[in-house]
Amino acid sequence: MLHGPARTTSPTVPVMLTINGKRHDLNLAPFVTLLDLLRGPLTLTGTKKGCDHGQCGACTVLIDGQRINSCLKLAVSLNGAQITTIEGLGTPENLHPLQKAFVEHDAYQCGYCTPGQICSAAGLLAEGHARSREEIRELMSGNLCRCGAYTNIADAIEDVMAATSRSNQPEAAE
Amino acid sequence: MRPFSYLRPTAVSDAVSALMAEPGAQVLAGGTNLVDLMKYDVTHPTAVIDINDLPLRMIETGENGEMRLGALTTNAEVAHDPAVTDMLPLLSSAILAGASPQLRNAATTGGNLLQRTRCYYFYDPATPCNKREPGTGCSAIGGVNRIHAILGASETCIATHPSDMCVALAALDTTVEVAGPEGSREIPFLAFHRLPGAHPERDNTLQPGEIVVAVRVAGGRFARHHSYLKLRDRLSYAFALVSAAAALDIEEGRILDVRVALGGVAHKPWRDPLAEAEVAGQPATRQTFEALADRLLAGAKGQGGNDFKIPMARKAIVRALAQAAAGTSQIQAEKRVR
Repeated sequence: MLHGPARTTSPTVPVMLTINGKRHDLNLAPFVTLLDLLRGPLTLTGTKKGCDHGQCGACTVLIDGQRINSCLKLAVSLNGAQITTIEGLGTPENLHPLQKAFVEHDAYQCGYCTPGQICSAAGLLAEGHARSREEIRELMSGNLCRCGAYTNIADAIEDVMAATSRSNQPEAAE
Repeated sequence: MRPFSYLRPTAVSDAVSALMAEPGAQVLAGGTNLVDLMKYDVTHPTAVIDINDLPLRMIETGENGEMRLGALTTNAEVAHDPAVTDMLPLLSSAILAGASPQLRNAATTGGNLLQRTRCYYFYDPATPCNKREPGTGCSAIGGVNRIHAILGASETCIATHPSDMCVALAALDTTVEVAGPEGSREIPFLAFHRLPGAHPERDNTLQPGEIVVAVRVAGGRFARHHSYLKLRDRLSYAFALVSAAAALDIEEGRILDVRVALGGVAHKPWRDPLAEAEVAGQPATRQTFEALADRLLAGAKGQGGNDFKIPMARKAIVRALAQAAAGTSQIQAEKRVR
């Protein structure tokens, strides 16, 4: 049984995840997606279930710093991963710059897609491949907004991108 | 989702053994297609072999400029790798034309090759589909077939291969490395995917128990004259109705070598090396490109709903070749077609 790779026929699989800085040792059925784990047992309902098929981006979280659709990840496949959800990006008292910018630019209507938009935008900024508004729009195309708040979403991200590059400039000059 | 057992091997040979041991087992890499298909009950593995612990996440450059992309490299890693953007810009561009940034962060090189068609009937277990359930019939023939094949289809299946990355790989000189119960072997990329024929349930020529280990691509040659042009229903994040990967080697205005691979038109990335060979030595002009397009599409056949793809493919081929010849490849974030 213990020769070769570990095999699990038991209904649950042990998995350790660090979510928003907190370690979770879990035993999960292999069919549980990261999204259902977050919203169900862990009650981190900031991450939203939209299409549940990787098409809308509402479930976007950061896994080891990369933006990923949590609906298409089996939680057991992420053993040892560091996960950041919208709850881990900022708090009502201490908003993440993107959260602040989304409020300032009214970058939503119903707000259902917003946590995914903000996690995705955080991933976009970290990747550093967007240099123009056109590129922001292309690289945010994995997040759909049924209300159509795209113009303000792009404004908010553009603002934070500009502020980030401004604050980086003095260091770069040195 | 139906219950399945879960296994996470750390050696390629163990993954192969696990696949051989259970005929209902399937491989999980990025999960972006498999998990989706399991949710729709299109596929229902009895065991999921999670290969993410296998040492297959490397990008290597050989002395001869050949690049080796491990099966577990993500689409984003490959597309943004400096050596890839330098030596295989067509591949980088095609990857960036596909899916979304989130999906590209998860989806892998091996998984991209092995993704299934997005035919709506294949995805709907309530309808007959020879690819999903051999012998039940094809609902797309005579049904809604706007996104379906115009080349190489059969009486049993008119599905298309959905990949953008594979279209670029088909245009370039690519080899697929696989490991299986009999050891390792190499499959030339053009022989990896197959046409539906009488067995549309088989997308490719992998044998039972075989897994993709890496993809090798000859780099450098078409780094100057190339373009990936993708035409779709919206400007981002949609599968191709028609796409064209064009690559040219030009000397003093004459074609030394030309490659054209098409996406969205067949059960596999469509390429015709004989037609390409015929235009070698001719001037790199619109007239030559139009003749090549006509030759590539000579056997095209519409299904009613997708008849528009034939003139669309012709224009896409000519435009992609013109972009490649001019050295102004399509930029994927730019929504104007130059």
